[in-house]
Amino acid sequence: MLKSLQTVIQGRAKFIVGGLLILAAVIYLIVSATQANAEYFMTVNEIKSKGSSLVGRSLRISGAVIGDTIQYDPQTMNLTFEIAHVPGDNASIEASGGLAAVLHAAVTDPTRARLTIVYNGPKPDLLSDEAQAIITGHLGEDGIFHADELLLKCPTKYQEAVPSQVVNGN
Amino acid sequence: MLAQFGFGVFVLTFLTALFSVGAAVVGYFDKSDRWVESARRAMLLTFPLITLAVLTLAYLLVTGHYELQYVYSVTSNDMPFYLKITALWGGQAGSLVLWSWLMSAFTSAVTLRKWERDRELLPWVIVVTSITLAFFLSLSIFYENPFARWWQTLGGNFVASMFAPIGAVLATPPDGQGLNPLLRHPGMILHPPILYLGFVAFIIPFAFAIAALVTGRSDDRWIRITRRWTLVAWLFLSLGLVLGMRWAYDVLGWGGYWSWDPVEIAALMPWLTGTAFLHSVMIQEKRGMFKQWNMLLIILTYALVIFGTFLTRSGVLSSVHAFAQSAIGPMFFAFIGITFVTSVALLIYRWKDLHAEVEMNSLFSREALFLLNNLLFMGVLIVCFWGVVFPLISEVVTGQKVTVGPPFYQRANAPLFGALMALMGIAPLSAWGRSTFKTLGRALWKPSIPSAIVPIVLIILGVHNWIALVGFTLVAFVIFVTLFEFWRGARSRQKRQNENILVALWRLAGHNRRRYGGYLIHLSMVVMAIGILGIEVYQTTTQKTLAVGEDIQIAGYTIRYDSLAQFPYTDGRIVTRAVVSVFRDGKFLGELHPRYDYYPSGQPVTIAGVRSTLADDLYVVLINWENISAAQAPFKVYHNPLVNWLWIGSLMFIFGFLVAAWPDRGEEKREGKI
Repeated sequence: MLKSLQTVIQGRAKFIVGGLLILAAVIYLIVSATQANAEYFMTVNEIKSKGSSLVGRSLRISGAVIGDTIQYDPQTMNLTFEIAHVPGDNASIEASGGLAAVLHAAVTDPTRARLTIVYNGPKPDLLSDEAQAIITGHLGEDGIFHADELLLKCPTKYQEAVPSQVVNGN
Repeated sequence: MLAQFGFGVFVLTFLTALFSVGAAVVGYFDKSDRWVESARRAMLLTFPLITLAVLTLAYLLVTGHYELQYVYSVTSNDMPFYLKITALWGGQAGSLVLWSWLMSAFTSAVTLRKWERDRELLPWVIVVTSITLAFFLSLSIFYENPFARWWQTLGGNFVASMFAPIGAVLATPPDGQGLNPLLRHPGMILHPPILYLGFVAFIIPFAFAIAALVTGRSDDRWIRITRRWTLVAWLFLSLGLVLGMRWAYDVLGWGGYWSWDPVEIAALMPWLTGTAFLHSVMIQEKRGMFKQWNMLLIILTYALVIFGTFLTRSGVLSSVHAFAQSAIGPMFFAFIGITFVTSVALLIYRWKDLHAEVEMNSLFSREALFLLNNLLFMGVLIVCFWGVVFPLISEVVTGQKVTVGPPFYQRANAPLFGALMALMGIAPLSAWGRSTFKTLGRALWKPSIPSAIVPIVLIILGVHNWIALVGFTLVAFVIFVTLFEFWRGARSRQKRQNENILVALWRLAGHNRRRYGGYLIHLSMVVMAIGILGIEVYQTTTQKTLAVGEDIQIAGYTIRYDSLAQFPYTDGRIVTRAVVSVFRDGKFLGELHPRYDYYPSGQPVTIAGVRSTLADDLYVVLINWENISAAQAPFKVYHNPLVNWLWIGSLMFIFGFLVAAWPDRGEEKREGKI
């Protein structure tokens, strides 16, 4: 009886050890991959206030595109533009009347903090005034943000739009 | 009028579903077959009812009833007929209707089966499916009503609502906004319904699992009944994922097929648990083990299916990282929470009844390797889940918003996928029960030898990337093992039955469809892995603005810009189309026509010009830029080695599935009528 119990425990032990090893491996993979690839969300204000301490870190920022500042050279595919600060948390965006209103306010307010973005590559289709840009890249020593990836959203364009003209019926 | 009719039918269906829940519960506790039968009939009735509502909506879409907010937002006068039909699932409200419709089709089908000795499971299958259906119907009725209409209020504002606000008049726009141009693609037309079929079909095994827990049937009857449903669910979920990849590759113009976007991960997560489930139920059937684990897996799969629908449908992700923007967000959270907690509580209640019939005692037995397979799938799931929730956790804990991108998923998942491939090679050669390192080694050495030659050959051919070396070696290993298994089986049959080797192979697979179908699916997976390795490791890209006659080089190809044309198309879009010539070693290979289309709504769609061969894809993108001219145009070119094998593998996958799932009379006889 005792012996069989012992074999059961021994039998279990190797599975428990094996399972723990796999668990440890998965945790290791997650931790190391997270450390190596974490991107920090920042608002333009945060970047301005932290400044050079962020140089070299992988960052993701969100801001409102200022249409007048977009410069693109199709020969070299160099693209530069500026974004204006928009708040990062959703509650305050909602409180200020939704994303579209916040973006509009950010672009028209000359006192807002702005950040220059440099990117090499095709100009995204949706890059236009008051679009929301989500930019991944890093901050250079010169205070210019070097983008690896641009993601653009036009919040009002397609969904939930209200008809502009109607044929009245009943 | 039709809008009210459609809405009325929806409300009626909702009430019918609620009735069937109540009747089934009463029938179970009163042991009244009449109540259960009544519940079953109510369940059956939901399908024709929703069909009626769907047909109504389809009619309104096709005939351009723009007074409906939904019709206005997804169709327009210039859209062809078939797109107006597919617009049914081109928007939020419509896709939820599609969900309910497919769901009621499946649940009706399952209640039609002969129940006989499984009669006791029936009421609880009805309860689970009807509650789920009622939940989705309630979303359509209370939050995302496809039949809501536009009203112009006294103040002149437009409001969408089912019923007239006080003093408002119905407003009918002359034209709609049209379907998002990105969705006007065959892949996108099929992708949502197929993915939904996969999602919805997983509810059937879940319903039976819960029925088994409630009634206390601890045998594997629920697994045997739902085996084909699970396979069908898995097939559609897999195909839905592949179609989504193909759509991304064809339409999004970024040269890839998968970007570890949260929406993609949302669809991948139930696939991971579903695949683990598919494997581990075999152990329960064969050895009576993993009973609790299987329950947990199917509960998890169901929760992830609902979670996936929530992520893709609630608008959570379309507004950047903002949770609960749409009103249906909290509803989904509540529903997932309640169903998950209830299911797990039931499982804990029955925990002791679900003990294993035999102890696992060898690390090298097939059941142990299946367990390992399950753990690895769970590992990938945890990685994916972590990637999605890490930003939230970090923000709550440290106040710092952090996110992880594709490199995180690639780095963390690649070793796990590699281990899964190795298992695909080892597991088929292992034996049930008492398999030792020695017996497993004896089975393994033959196919290992040709696999060991593969990396040597690859190194000689100039492959030095170690990920590619390991990956391709594993691919070769699985292929050799699988072919070896086919050969060994056919060969012994040939000797025994004195058959021709091909006949032997045919009959072998025919008599063990599940096993050999499974092997074919393994083969298809590693064929897909060839494509994935090719593009992930060896993709190169270059970009340049070209004047007419100038060229750009990539991976031995020369691409010359010949001309550019701009013209309107019948549906109102403006097409800008370039002609480029492709050369290799001075030899002309053909023309490509990368283009971008501007739709009247202002949305551009970039369609790459692709030259696709078994060896590589040349993927030429005409970059959309307003100052483009016939004299010079910017191009981005991707060289994607081997990517075609990804699509070839998916076709093989369907074939393997057909072999595995084809009705097998012999098997049914052996197991008793199903």
